[in-house]
Amino acid sequence: MKDPLRFRETRNTAFRIIVIFFTLVSIIPLIAVLVYIFRQGISVINWHFLTSLPKPVGEIGGGILNAIIGSTIIIVLATLIAVPLGVTAGIYFSENSRNKGNRSARSGVNIVSYFRELRKSWVYRAAHLGVDVLQGVPSIVIGILIYLWLVKPFGRFSALSGSVALAFMMLPSIIKSTEETLKLVPHAVKEAALALGVPYYKTILRVIIPAGMSGILNGILLGIARVSGETAPLLFTAFGNPFFSFSIFKPIASLPLIIFNYAISPYEDWHKLAWGASFILVSTVLILNILTKLVLKKWKVQY
Amino acid sequence: MVDLESEHIKTPDNSRFGFLPVPGSSKGKAEKRLIFREVLFRRTLSLSAIVIIVLLICMFLTLVVSSMPSIKALGLKFIYGQTWDPVSDVFGALPFLVGTLITSALAIAISTPFALAIGLFLGEFYSKNWFSSFIQNAVELLAGIPSVIFGFWGIFILVPIVRSIEMKIGVLPYGVGILTASLVLSIMIIPFSASLIRLVITMVPVNLKEAAYALGATRFEVIRYIIIPYIRSGLTAGVLLALGRALGETMAVTMLIGNTQVIPKSIFQTGDTMASVIANQFTEATGKIYFSALIETGLLLFVITTIINIIGINIIKRFES
Repeated sequence: MKDPLRFRETRNTAFRIIVIFFTLVSIIPLIAVLVYIFRQGISVINWHFLTSLPKPVGEIGGGILNAIIGSTIIIVLATLIAVPLGVTAGIYFSENSRNKGNRSARSGVNIVSYFRELRKSWVYRAAHLGVDVLQGVPSIVIGILIYLWLVKPFGRFSALSGSVALAFMMLPSIIKSTEETLKLVPHAVKEAALALGVPYYKTILRVIIPAGMSGILNGILLGIARVSGETAPLLFTAFGNPFFSFSIFKPIASLPLIIFNYAISPYEDWHKLAWGASFILVSTVLILNILTKLVLKKWKVQY
Repeated sequence: MVDLESEHIKTPDNSRFGFLPVPGSSKGKAEKRLIFREVLFRRTLSLSAIVIIVLLICMFLTLVVSSMPSIKALGLKFIYGQTWDPVSDVFGALPFLVGTLITSALAIAISTPFALAIGLFLGEFYSKNWFSSFIQNAVELLAGIPSVIFGFWGIFILVPIVRSIEMKIGVLPYGVGILTASLVLSIMIIPFSASLIRLVITMVPVNLKEAAYALGATRFEVIRYIIIPYIRSGLTAGVLLALGRALGETMAVTMLIGNTQVIPKSIFQTGDTMASVIANQFTEATGKIYFSALIETGLLLFVITTIINIIGINIIKRFES
């Protein structure tokens, strides 16, 4: 060891280079996936592809219109199911977290915050745990559950059951972001409204929620982005359908399912359809992500 | 009963808008309606929380009840049995347990160094410039790509690569198998664990770091002796939560693991995970015990991921406070 300072500096530089290298390497798969999908997908996309039904093996052409319609129906329905429950639960959590006004006091004394934690009702703690658990439930297990609840009793696969499965997967993200944003709205705003004599429910609905609208919207969009590519819960619920279907009580096609079924098939034509479908799905998810960012930027909660 | 309108004119203070009782008047109609609405609103809020609890309990109970036939018929043999034979109604889930464990562990082992590098890059080295915001966005995009598309990409890109590697080192060139599945899995969980690691790195108190810098420490030494010891529990939680993700990941693994119901002897062999066996066989399962054995697999997966997630979340929560 001739020069310890030199050695330390070299080690520092080497470490920095390693970190940068690893970071760049982990970006490579992303670029590879995106480039590959766009290159394969864009050649397949044309008007015919977007406006016709898939054709049987051996026939050239065919499109994925039924899957696009199916995915849209399933996701809209899932959003309609998940949003009311998710937003009310989010309000419940933000209203019942008692240690809200005095964050600064909490940071110093641990025992105090511990007892405050204990003071929360068991409903609050159990439901909070429930949301955490729900977030971690594997999507395939949700598929099984909805199959047992909504498919087996009625004896048929249906779009509605697929929507319920996806609604389950959206719930945690809607609840979490509603709760987090509403907690950001300062106590003073609420107190001002109450001091003016506004009833509690009107304070929440007309003052607190509009203030936190961006976060709620953001959570909903994130939830949609998260579930729009989900395949596993749809395998046993929406099931797929090679024809048009607009009924929510019948099996319905969807983009992820069509990608899965065609990707594992041995036919070149079907692979092409799957690449086109992948292209559309990935673009949708990317656009949703960008939209989320814009929503956050435009209507940020500012206090 | 006083006319609403005239009452409003007489006492224009709180009777219509507020909760405060108007002096000298008994509870009017408007006030009653107001109280009713308040109570209804509060009840709705509590109800939504209760609905969540009930849903979770129902989920668990449904799984337990539906897997009862197989629990009764197979008992503990379900966990240590090695044969999965629907024809003779013998179901041992050990191959899937082992397969799930190996793929997830391997994916964690591959992804953690990369996730740590991204976390350090974004949280410590370059927290604010155009390049780090590019990396940040890229990682978020990576998290948004659906699992099924990773699987599809893996079939066409990763499988040939792995196959050529297998040819070189002289094992049977399946292409699909444990290694391929783990590679895709690791790509898929990098964004998740990277964002968690970045979160805990940014929570390291600045004065600790500055004290070390003031003593003449290099950045490497600050990371090695201040940041890493400080975030050790957070790192554990990040790895646990990523593991929970990896265990339940279905589609990409199903498409790439080869789907054979034997215990894999090496990482180049094909195998099966709990999630993939459910995805492949659930709709084809005939026979009561076969069907409920698959549900029991789901129950096992549910219990394992839930335990891992709860431990991870609690560690993170303790770290935050």
